Amino acid sequence: MARLARLELTDDELTTLVGELSALLDHVDKVRQLDTSDVPPTAHPLPLVNVLRPDEVRPSLDRERALAGAPAVESNRYLVPSILGEAP
Amino acid sequence: MSSPAGGGESESEAGHLLDRGVRAIAAAVRSGEATATSLVEEAFRRVARSEPSLHCFNLLTRDAAFEAAAGVDEAVAEGRDPGPLAGVPVALKDNLCTTGVATTCSSKILGGWEPPYDATVVTRLREAGAIAVGKTNLDEFAMGSSTENSAFGPTRNPWDVTRVPGGSSGGSSAAVAAGLVAFGLGSDTGGSIRQPAALCGVVGIKPTYGLVSRYGLIAFASSLDQIGTFAPTVGDAAAALEVIAGHDPADSTSLSQPAADLLSGLGDGVEGLRVGLIEDFLPDVAPACARAAEDAGEALAATGATVDRVSIPEMLLGLPAYYIIAPAEASSNLARYDGVRYGLRVDGPDVEAMNARTRAEGFGREVRRRIMIGTYALSAGYYDAYYGQAQKARTLVIRAFERAYERFDVLLAPTTPSTAFKFGAKTQNPIEMYLSDLCTIPSNLSGHPAVSVPFALDVEGLPVGVQVLAPALGEALMLRVAAALEAMAPASARGPVRVRVPDEEAAGA
Repeated sequence: MARLARLELTDDELTTLVGELSALLDHVDKVRQLDTSDVPPTAHPLPLVNVLRPDEVRPSLDRERALAGAPAVESNRYLVPSILGEAP
Repeated sequence: MSSPAGGGESESEAGHLLDRGVRAIAAAVRSGEATATSLVEEAFRRVARSEPSLHCFNLLTRDAAFEAAAGVDEAVAEGRDPGPLAGVPVALKDNLCTTGVATTCSSKILGGWEPPYDATVVTRLREAGAIAVGKTNLDEFAMGSSTENSAFGPTRNPWDVTRVPGGSSGGSSAAVAAGLVAFGLGSDTGGSIRQPAALCGVVGIKPTYGLVSRYGLIAFASSLDQIGTFAPTVGDAAAALEVIAGHDPADSTSLSQPAADLLSGLGDGVEGLRVGLIEDFLPDVAPACARAAEDAGEALAATGATVDRVSIPEMLLGLPAYYIIAPAEASSNLARYDGVRYGLRVDGPDVEAMNARTRAEGFGREVRRRIMIGTYALSAGYYDAYYGQAQKARTLVIRAFERAYERFDVLLAPTTPSTAFKFGAKTQNPIEMYLSDLCTIPSNLSGHPAVSVPFALDVEGLPVGVQVLAPALGEALMLRVAAALEAMAPASARGPVRVRVPDEEAAGA
């Protein structure tokens, strides 16, 4: 689960978390037990309509400002460590 | 300690314009009776005196504030309209983006990041002539009820600095309660405006979902988050809300309705209104909080409203449903903090290790916990049992509100299960902390507006809030009821207060 969440946790924290998560799951069990056979789910509290704007070119955030907060940048791009390892 | 520290009894600046509220300040500045610069000077004088004991702010924007004040004063001198909030000092929760000014969410993971744009509410306040004094402390990414989860240390409650101000918008609520600014902005995902407002003895409004643009509010749980206002009085919190409310094309969830007039009916009273006092929270809250809600019902009945108790058992599904939905949305929203585009990076041999190390180092314990809960609730095999079921429970909460609003114009409830608690009292048991939002969460699930108004003091002299809830876009009616309650509450139950340090008082007494 920690790997899915992209969190490198220590064994100590994992142990504590397992206890805390099961306590929380007990607490929310009431929701799991509900009979909801004819109840639709709500993803959003108020009715939503799709929002469209005219298809006109307009300025967006310029590259320099978009990159200004990045920890590492090269050639006008975000720089990250290797994704697939070294090429053969 | 013979008397509670209520009633704006600050000495040197007693009667200062800054204590007279948003509308009085704006009127004085607009008419040229007072300058914006003098108000900003007073605000920073108070901040300098209180910050060492309160820690409301992550960052002060002194130079920008004086520059903005000079602009307002110049507009007045030249006969130009300086805006409806001219010269009014305001505190901004530090999850609202401000161009070129560090915005941290009280998290290490955003360390040093300066947003390239302003939140719409920040732009609207600036255009209205309000002057931002600084960015206020919060529980990291707005996850918490005490500000103890801030990476920069907690904020203290001006009523008693050994107690929490509530959270997550604790910095804004404490700054308003201490009289450092005339109003504050916060965000409310499960109670993060109303709960600290109650614990600090100020008014806190969570508007209808979509009434205020969230463009530039750093997301926690997108189907629940809403921006709102803090002020010592209902009228001033409403006046500030009027300025930030209204449609914004930059937020696709922003409602298209024109913003309502929130002020002209405030004094109309409650004659003939049908008020329902929600019973279901009462057994689970401290006696002082239950009594305040019951007394509020009696006070409204005595002034012409019809008040009935009503049981809405679905309200108690709110908390467990929320603690699935909010972490699920958060685990998805916070995926963007990956060490690539902004903030902290902790290096690793490959991109995935870099992501995982950055996030473990950058997020605090509570944020890590919520991401894990959310990841679990959304994972294959558990999705239907947890997230799917919680979404259906959410439907049940909304339907229960709809049924109640067939019988009642507004609902009444406690805001919090307790008054301000001591530091550390709930940090060892997350569920105990989560229960702080028991009475506030249902309005976030339904998207309806709710306001907390100070109504009483408990035996320790700490403020107790009462909550007024209304149907979608029912702000005007809701605030009218809140104003009626405010008029019947003791003035000693609300801020601003002089910062109270019990040990010093005991030594001096």
